[in-house]
Amino acid sequence: MQKSDHKKKSKKAYCIKVYKDWCKRCGICVEFCPKSVLVQDESGLPIVKNPEACIGCGLCEIRCPDFAIEVKNKELSFDPKSKNADEK
Amino acid sequence: MPLTTHLVHQYLRHDKKFPHVWCPGCGNGIALGALIRSIHHLGYNRDDIVLVSGIGCSSRMPVYVDFNTLHTVHGRALTFATGIKLARPHLKVIVIMGDGDAMAIGGNHLIHAARRNLNLTAIIMNNNIYGMTGGQHSPTTPYGMRSTTSPYNHIERAFNISELIVTAGAGFVARGTVYHAEMLHVLIEKAIQKPGFSLVEIITHCHIQYGKLNQKGTHIDMMKWQKDHAVTVEKAQKMTIEELKDKFTIGVITDQNLPIYYDEYEKVKQRAQLSEK
Repeated sequence: MQKSDHKKKSKKAYCIKVYKDWCKRCGICVEFCPKSVLVQDESGLPIVKNPEACIGCGLCEIRCPDFAIEVKNKELSFDPKSKNADEK
Repeated sequence: MPLTTHLVHQYLRHDKKFPHVWCPGCGNGIALGALIRSIHHLGYNRDDIVLVSGIGCSSRMPVYVDFNTLHTVHGRALTFATGIKLARPHLKVIVIMGDGDAMAIGGNHLIHAARRNLNLTAIIMNNNIYGMTGGQHSPTTPYGMRSTTSPYNHIERAFNISELIVTAGAGFVARGTVYHAEMLHVLIEKAIQKPGFSLVEIITHCHIQYGKLNQKGTHIDMMKWQKDHAVTVEKAQKMTIEELKDKFTIGVITDQNLPIYYDEYEKVKQRAQLSEK
């Protein structure tokens, strides 16, 4: 367990993009995120509050009824040199 | 499963109006995503897929995707699909219907398509009500629930779609929910691969009509209800009838090899030709 935790933290980082024009502010992504990465603003739009917590499971993507949220690997994080220098 | 959205966007018709027509939080979009993922994963050419639908909220699905699509009349999607399959047997025909479309108006077509065992995949979105036309009760509205046409509670019992189609003689029947979206695409994949008639019943929610009339809460509450009340087929086998009260099973309900209509028809053709000689 410890090993995999270490891996997640040091190697992989994800960026989350929301297509504002397609998003209907239903809040499914926010509610069912297992790591509470997202919160809703006053209009209901999902905001990435806690990006370090994202494990890249993609559950928000597969449950988004409007195809309006995207999770991507941060390319920089694949570079071993930048492993400990996560800038967010 | 990152990059799912990226993949789904490749299959959408971007000249159509987006965001799509469904209400915020509707499960139809989740099911459409699962369908696209399963077709992509199976590696089909998009020109080899035909999506046929009837009338209803869920039947708007083919409008948005770049396959061969047919938006037909109420309840008769399976009849159009039968024609396509017999004329062009190499095409993969997938039929999308709602519960009202499939069980009421097209109920007869559905049981006979299952019995006939044509090589079709039927996907039924079950939201327990006629959503698009104003919340009338459908054959799957549970006993005692309210709809606009049963304001003093519904007095009929509901059809269990999957069990009915097992009895009607389909080779493959599975049930999933939009909450279990990851499982859903595996079930659809299995159904598409299965020779003969295959059915996937998708339990979804209509929080705008059914949810509002029955105090079921928001779409999120209704998805949580799916999570709490769904039991996998394997787990259900170890549970007692008491424990299974108010629950429904998800997963592959039946999977059997039965004679397929098209193969049998080819044999008839051969027999007829031999007898003529």
